[in-house]
Amino acid sequence: MSALLSLKNITAHYGASQALFGVDLTLNQGEVLALMGRNGMGKSTTIKCICRMLAAKGEIRFDGTDLAPLPSHKAARLGIGLVPEGRRCFADLTVSENLMASARPGAWDQAAVGSLFPRLAERHAQRAASLSGGEQQMLAIGRALMTNPRLLILDEATEGLAPLIRQEIWDAIGRLKRDSGLSILIVDKSLKELRQVADTAVILDKGTSIWADRLENLPTDLAHKHLGI
Amino acid sequence: MTRESYVNLACLAGLILIPLWAHVSDEPFTITLATRAVILALAALGLNIALGIGGLVSFGHAVFFGIGGYAMGILAHHAQNYTPIAEWPFLIEGTKSMPIIWLLATVVSGIVAFLIGLLSLRTTGVYFIMITLAFGQMLFFFSISWAEYGGEDGLAIYVRNGFPGLNTLVPLQFYGLCLAILLLALAFQWRLAKSPFGLALNAARQVPNRVKAVGLNPFKLQLVAFTISGMITGLAGALFADLNRFVSPTMFSWQLSGEFIVFIIIGGTARLFGPVIGAALFVIIEHVLGGISDYWHIWFGFLLLGIVLFGKGGVIGLLAGGAKAHD
Repeated sequence: MSALLSLKNITAHYGASQALFGVDLTLNQGEVLALMGRNGMGKSTTIKCICRMLAAKGEIRFDGTDLAPLPSHKAARLGIGLVPEGRRCFADLTVSENLMASARPGAWDQAAVGSLFPRLAERHAQRAASLSGGEQQMLAIGRALMTNPRLLILDEATEGLAPLIRQEIWDAIGRLKRDSGLSILIVDKSLKELRQVADTAVILDKGTSIWADRLENLPTDLAHKHLGI
Repeated sequence: MTRESYVNLACLAGLILIPLWAHVSDEPFTITLATRAVILALAALGLNIALGIGGLVSFGHAVFFGIGGYAMGILAHHAQNYTPIAEWPFLIEGTKSMPIIWLLATVVSGIVAFLIGLLSLRTTGVYFIMITLAFGQMLFFFSISWAEYGGEDGLAIYVRNGFPGLNTLVPLQFYGLCLAILLLALAFQWRLAKSPFGLALNAARQVPNRVKAVGLNPFKLQLVAFTISGMITGLAGALFADLNRFVSPTMFSWQLSGEFIVFIIIGGTARLFGPVIGAALFVIIEHVLGGISDYWHIWFGFLLLGIVLFGKGGVIGLLAGGAKAHD
């Protein structure tokens, strides 16, 4: 399998404070990679670096293209769809308008998103601000899919949601993997659910990638030490 | 249909019926007042694309209004005096044809809006307001010192410019022409707001970083919106100059830029008919209270204060409800 995304020795700063000290990661075409670690270990910062929302040193390549010189919107146009932490839908637009605003040509259209998340199809004319947290999360995923990405990045996509809604979202992620063959990078702390969808995993500790392998090979002591499980 | 649609329809009916009634009642001044309201509404509608949809609080939109006005003034001035505008590198003559004047007014306003936007959209918030104000003041003082075209005294045009098939000197016909342009602009704005571009522009106003994450460049979206906005306000400037048959540096003034913002706030920010209701109320209050007191602006100020404090969706918001997130 060829590498769709590769990070080599990534370092990044927030002002004077260094957040990443050397992150390495490889995500192959069609794979689902789980980026794991306790809070504050640099998972979201790594995502920001991939999406060019934070300047980084080191090498970030997407399908062979060096992302370093690109502004964030151009990186996204290469085929990186981000579902950010905290959702942040376009509150003033309806569900349908949220999806239309980000639409790019491809297989994912409003009907396809509607069949992945029937709740969204039912609420297509409803303003995003009036949706529940779970529905907003579905909308954020749908919005990213409407860009017809080759890589979908989910940053804490199930955080703070009710168990039933969480399961709906995990089911949708599972269907995405099974039916569309989309490459997915997931940041999440739910090892049980991650085991159902992720092929590989990377663990971050204090801004450094300390373990990378097939998820089924994750040693219990490492999971306990770095994920608190 | 929503309640706002009914308010819009009532407003549209007023725009058609009141001047007709004035024509039948032989009240040409009422038609002139309505024409003034329609043209000011068109200018504010232009700003509403940048401000209402794009969230760009431009305090220098009178620049484009003035450019439109001077485009008309300069072309008509040379046509009425039978003098060329330029003889080198090729002969450029004036014209009294409205379509040509409108074309030039919108193109020049668009170019200037693009250039101003290119610089000013690199800033946000209060800096954007200040930089647009600064551009406004630059052109205001330039027009004052432009002695060839009247300087501080402005430029008078003796006869209103012509439009094929119409007698523009007949108040109702000129009003009809201005109203047709306003309705086209309203239809354009409605389509624009619902288009992927308009939705992305709206989204860029709300969460710029998320727009970047879906592969869109907020700067480009805002630049296109600012340019379109300037073109529409420029066209309104050309019509305003034709209405008064006079252009002067006051068309560039920051007070006028402020008034455009006030029209939008009074009518309802990002509401389709917001600028129309705002401009109409302004013209009515200016006419009614202006006849009673020279200090009518004080009463207008109270109205503005009341709307800002108690009716954040403007008059349309009060009548139709359904507050929008950016009201």
